Amino acid sequence: MNIDEILDLDPYALPHREKQAMLQERLQELTLHHYLHCPEYRAMMNAIGLDTTHLPAYDALPFLPVRLFKEWELCSCPKTEIVKTMTSSGTTGQQVSRIFLDRATAAAQQKCLTRIVSQFIGNKRVPMLILDTPAVIKDRNMFSARGAGILGFSMFGSKRCYAFDENMELDTESVRTFLSTHEGETIFMFGFTFMVWQHFYQKLATAGYHPDLHRAVLIHGGGWKKLIGEKVSPEVFKAALHDVCGILPENIHDYYGMVEQTGTVYVECACGHLHASSFSDVIIRRPRDFSIADTGEKGLVEVVSVLPESYPGHILLTEDEGRILGEDDCPCGRKGKYFTIEGRIKHAEIRGCSDTYASKF
Amino acid sequence: MQASFDIPFSPDVLDYLSVLSAQLMRDSATRAFPDVGTFAFFCRKANLEKWKKAYGPLDGRVGRGVVFHIAPSNVPVNFAYSMAVGLLAGNANIVKVSSKDFPQVTLIRKHLEALQETHPVGKRVKIVHYPNTREQTDAYSSQADVRVIWGGDATIAAIRQSPLPPRSFDVCFADRYSIAAIDADAVFRATEQELSALAEGFYNDTYLFDQNACSAPHLVLWRGAEAGRTRFWKAVHQVATAKYPFQDVQAIDKLDALFSQAVAIGSRQIPTQDNLLVRASLDTLPQDIDAYRCTGGYFLEHTLVSLSELSAIVNRKYQTLAYYGFSPTELQDAVCGLPGIDRIVPIGKTTEFSLFWDGFDLIRTLSRVVTIA
Repeated sequence: MNIDEILDLDPYALPHREKQAMLQERLQELTLHHYLHCPEYRAMMNAIGLDTTHLPAYDALPFLPVRLFKEWELCSCPKTEIVKTMTSSGTTGQQVSRIFLDRATAAAQQKCLTRIVSQFIGNKRVPMLILDTPAVIKDRNMFSARGAGILGFSMFGSKRCYAFDENMELDTESVRTFLSTHEGETIFMFGFTFMVWQHFYQKLATAGYHPDLHRAVLIHGGGWKKLIGEKVSPEVFKAALHDVCGILPENIHDYYGMVEQTGTVYVECACGHLHASSFSDVIIRRPRDFSIADTGEKGLVEVVSVLPESYPGHILLTEDEGRILGEDDCPCGRKGKYFTIEGRIKHAEIRGCSDTYASKF
Repeated sequence: MQASFDIPFSPDVLDYLSVLSAQLMRDSATRAFPDVGTFAFFCRKANLEKWKKAYGPLDGRVGRGVVFHIAPSNVPVNFAYSMAVGLLAGNANIVKVSSKDFPQVTLIRKHLEALQETHPVGKRVKIVHYPNTREQTDAYSSQADVRVIWGGDATIAAIRQSPLPPRSFDVCFADRYSIAAIDADAVFRATEQELSALAEGFYNDTYLFDQNACSAPHLVLWRGAEAGRTRFWKAVHQVATAKYPFQDVQAIDKLDALFSQAVAIGSRQIPTQDNLLVRASLDTLPQDIDAYRCTGGYFLEHTLVSLSELSAIVNRKYQTLAYYGFSPTELQDAVCGLPGIDRIVPIGKTTEFSLFWDGFDLIRTLSRVVTIA
């Protein structure tokens, strides 16, 4: 199957065996492609003795730590064909990931995201309420995963309204006007989990302004670290939002994704589970020996995606920990693995006198 | 701080350190910390007398006055050795200990404080503890005749922002790089007992301080047949399995280093049982090999054609050359005239404290000499 045929598959209806077969073929093909077209990737694969004439099953194919994209410019297409370079800041300080997209990969990412997201907000564009400030897009210094996420999801909005002003204050006037213009329509809300809580929920809770958002769908991401600190669980998050604006808890969807694999997002279903779509998969590995963890066992999150052609990011080892909850049998009816993310792995506490920990690499 | 201009290895100082040693050894809390035990052992009168004898005549030498020590943040007992050296050279000492809470530091401080009033030398030691603020470093530096800075290059640069009096100077122990040379045939011939002592020693040289002490080898240079190498790493892996508190993120750190180095210097993985030990081999040694390292049990390996290959890589950053199965003199011949390598020590002894460190004769450096014409 080529990428267009793959992306025509139903995002959540491919059972285990067929998905395995599809991923196997596609990921082996991508491994070979990157081996041939990305010299750095080839050096890495040679270093671990990968036999490209007998590639193993996809869950035994080599994975690259995401950190490598901060350290090297990994690209599998001619430089002249790069149409977009995506960057993300991360936890490793000033270094940023650089992801190189050619026209084909950029288009595939967009199509894939559409295939997945339309499962939650419907097939046509709807008015979009962005729970963030327009400054996040305008200000190059702020442009980050936040800005990229907003731009990526903006294509689902027929009309767009930023809910916060430049100072991250809820712009009640604009929101009121926007909602009255689109009364009776589905509203797509998008934002970063912590911003949604801090600048939307908390403002509504104290301001006494209760917009009617019972037809809204909220997609939010970015992690729970700050909210766990405030003892806000996903259940509390949903119930609290419902209280202040009427949005139905089953229409609030967390998502997990990363700039290194844009397009293949993992969206939370009404049962509170993150789901792998037909276009990607999650494998949990034991840190000690990288063997595959059992269902329910915590480990390092490996993500695979059918999309990356212009850069060798099809099989990645993230710095997140998570666990698989099950496969093909979520009560929500979606096929594929479903899982939880437990957050970023703890960085090492190192003894010894040297302060240039891993000085160069 | 009252300055001290005592003679090196003075009877008072030897008595003070041996009392400290006895108290530490008597304290049941010491048993939980082998590094405190090792320090107490270093301070025994017999050991100090041995050092004194080894030094020979130090006629006309006296302490420089006040030594301000800045201990590293991650090696708990280092401050105590630094202080002991300052005393042995005849000085009074201000010692800044790590701002991290190490039980070893608390334990040793408790005994030092007990001696403060009861022993005449007690007043020559002042332990300080403060966040890294410029103000205090300025104040202590202004009293210092010598400032001893342990830590990385960044720490040294930061401390040097605080001026010293005109005649004072810094003794800096900066980031260093260390390597090992092992004769695989000697490993192959070793008895089980010798092998386990070797593996244990190598563990202490490396894993014990997360392979991040400046004396910890990152590169292993081999001669001899493959069988001895396999035997060596199997034994090391066994010790590490039993003792090393593996942190999950190290699996990622090591894989990242493996791939990055593959691109940068063409190293290749040598498969191991698990991520506790990661090995990679290099056919040729790049000149800047010391820039490529990881921590917590990650080793680059190279087969030596000749020891003269050392001359192509050794620079000022090189500190310790640990060895097994080589004769120390052949190694000494190989590094003689090179810009680096300050210590050639058997595997298992790289972290052992010495009054000669990083190429400094510490007693002579921390004392001055009164000449008579």
